[in-house]
Amino acid sequence: MFATALIVFREVLEAALIVGIVAAATRGIPARERWIGAGIAAGLVGSLLVAGGAEAISQLAQGMGQELFNASILGIAVVMLAWHNIWMSIHGRELAQNARSVSDEIRSGAKELSVLAVVVAVAVLREGSETVLFLYGVAVSGNSSAAPMAIGAAIGLAGGVAVGWFLFAGLLRIPLKWFFSATSFLVLLLAAGMAAQAARFLIQADVLPALASPVWDTSALVSNSSLAGKALQGLVGYDAQPSGMQLAFFTTVIVAIAAGMAWARRRAASSA
Amino acid sequence: MNRLLATALLPLSLAAFAAGEPEINVVIEGHKFAPDRIEVPAGQKVKLLVENKDSTPEEFESASLRIEKVIPGKSKSTIYVGPLKAGEYKFIGEFNEKTANGVVVAK
Repeated sequence: MFATALIVFREVLEAALIVGIVAAATRGIPARERWIGAGIAAGLVGSLLVAGGAEAISQLAQGMGQELFNASILGIAVVMLAWHNIWMSIHGRELAQNARSVSDEIRSGAKELSVLAVVVAVAVLREGSETVLFLYGVAVSGNSSAAPMAIGAAIGLAGGVAVGWFLFAGLLRIPLKWFFSATSFLVLLLAAGMAAQAARFLIQADVLPALASPVWDTSALVSNSSLAGKALQGLVGYDAQPSGMQLAFFTTVIVAIAAGMAWARRRAASSA
Repeated sequence: MNRLLATALLPLSLAAFAAGEPEINVVIEGHKFAPDRIEVPAGQKVKLLVENKDSTPEEFESASLRIEKVIPGKSKSTIYVGPLKAGEYKFIGEFNEKTANGVVVAK
């Protein structure tokens, strides 16, 4: 039961942290609960589909389908997060100044929210499908009976969700003046971290070279198999032994999104 | 959706053709790896052909090898390893961590 709880917790943790950030980053945009809820629901349904189709996905692309699938959905999430940050660099100040007199574009912020719902769905889908496969394995191996497994899974899930909620609640305590700068910064790191993870899958699939690997080794300090390592991996794509290619992806995405934000801010200022 | 995915990924997959890596067979059975000590040449990319004979899925995971791959029950998967510096690299089957563990030794 405890082992089940721990594994489920580890899987849920990453998704919960991402949902926590997205929930905070969309503060003040009407109907965000519905969109985030829809993202979670879509992710859960997707988890079952991906887990069910795990074998079919694995066999695509000469047995590298799983890696390419993971890299692709991470890539989609990176693009969505980039879009969010650029949007926020135009509307963030307005949102921070007064939540009640926001412009029509924000009030009908459906585009912005649908973009982030995709990010939520992707996060839930990635971790959820692994959880489903793990629980399926425990269930059919018959080594433990159903009740302790279900309890363990519920404890793990509750623990993961609680951590995500604490992150969300903690972020909300940041004063409004800096709030959207803070969430945009977190989203920037999140996007870069996801790009680095996508790079890792492309290297694993032998599509990209690793380039100098590892560049450094901090596994003695924070190992990727520790809970702190998992949390950092979810938040900023932390890898204790990163390859050069992962660092290149990370840096490129940071620079590209920051440039996009600066461009959008300039454009908004000149049109105002 | 599978066909769509396959089409979208085709250009990438063509790059996945690589020739001439040494191949090593690894079997997962009874939630254990055999061999659980895999010797590979250092400084060279190696192809692990992993066959999961169990009916349950397993996740081959190694932080030091930077690999994370689900191997569905009763199926075969390919995992590229390295090129590695000489040393030992632990790996686990994340879904059955207690019994499924091993080490890649690069010499």
